[in-house]
Amino acid sequence: MALHFELVTPEKLVRSEDVYMVVVPGTEGDFGVLEGHAPFMSTVRDGAIQVFATPNAEPVNIPVVGGFAEVNEKGLTVLAERAG
Amino acid sequence: MASLKELKGRITSVKSTQKITKAKQMVAAAKLRKAQAAAEAARPYGQRLEAVVASLASKITVSTSSPKLLAGTGKDDTHLLIVANSDRGLAGAFNANIVKAAVLTARALIAQGKTVKFYLIGRKGRAVISRNFPNMIVGHYDTTGTKDVSFAQAQAIAEDVSARFEAGEFDVAHLFFSTFKSALAQIPTETQLIPVAVSAGSPVSSGAAVEYEPDEESILADLLPRNVAIQIFKALLENSASEQGASMTAMDNATRNAGDLINKLTIEYNRSRQAAITTELVEIISGAEAL
Repeated sequence: MALHFELVTPEKLVRSEDVYMVVVPGTEGDFGVLEGHAPFMSTVRDGAIQVFATPNAEPVNIPVVGGFAEVNEKGLTVLAERAG
Repeated sequence: MASLKELKGRITSVKSTQKITKAKQMVAAAKLRKAQAAAEAARPYGQRLEAVVASLASKITVSTSSPKLLAGTGKDDTHLLIVANSDRGLAGAFNANIVKAAVLTARALIAQGKTVKFYLIGRKGRAVISRNFPNMIVGHYDTTGTKDVSFAQAQAIAEDVSARFEAGEFDVAHLFFSTFKSALAQIPTETQLIPVAVSAGSPVSSGAAVEYEPDEESILADLLPRNVAIQIFKALLENSASEQGASMTAMDNATRNAGDLINKLTIEYNRSRQAAITTELVEIISGAEAL
């Protein structure tokens, strides 16, 4: 099992995939989300989301503006006004 | 009976009208596919944001310190009706239906002694509303310059509306647009935009303690203005799909009517042509017989 990660903007669903870890730039500090993370909600400051597909992979950076992140039992969802 | 030449002229003119309506129908069909795809692509964001706002709103108690967008101003004296129309006609009763819904609501509100103001998006519908409710249009957002609906556009409208709300220009905002159901059916819809109508008692999914960062209220304060923008964006997308659908149907009907008219005129044309030939023959024959 891996972490299910979704990145959504008002114009489209940018990403929906299973990844190893995502590092999100929260308003009060960066946080990494792995599989089985406790339910969590945070606003996201403008910056880049780092997506690690596998434990040793190079992170993929996705810039986001005006975002919001939610972690629940289904995975991580990032809502952003603009991404990519 | 009209002369042969006149009939011929009319047939040609109806034929060229039919060409126009047919072209417009095909354009609408192509645009509809695009608009529908855009409306579908926007759905996940709207649904998720709505779910988050609902679950947050159910957790905090609404008090005077709550964000105004959620709690309202405590009054409901002044209503702002935001009416989203298209810029172009040739779409059957599409614009008329939206305006009709808005006018009905406005009349009902006025009958209750409330003050009503209008905020219009798009060019159509302005004439009817300003005739029925003179001096009640407070704002207008022009969409004629842009071809496609963009989120930036919705954001600009949301900012304008929110600024008016903060300035105390109105207490409640309603949004009128047309929901796209199919190319044949578009339903004029009204939603309450401000204050946010939260479906009360929505159960929290797992019951697990969710951690918030920063606290619930600040997240909500951050999300609510975004919710207004996304609601408007959704309405604009639905509207553009509906407009193309209505236009396609209307133009399909127009093309068919033009075809019927051409058939009728052709029959009439042939009939009078034959009548003229018969008269000529009768004249010749009776002339020959007289000799």
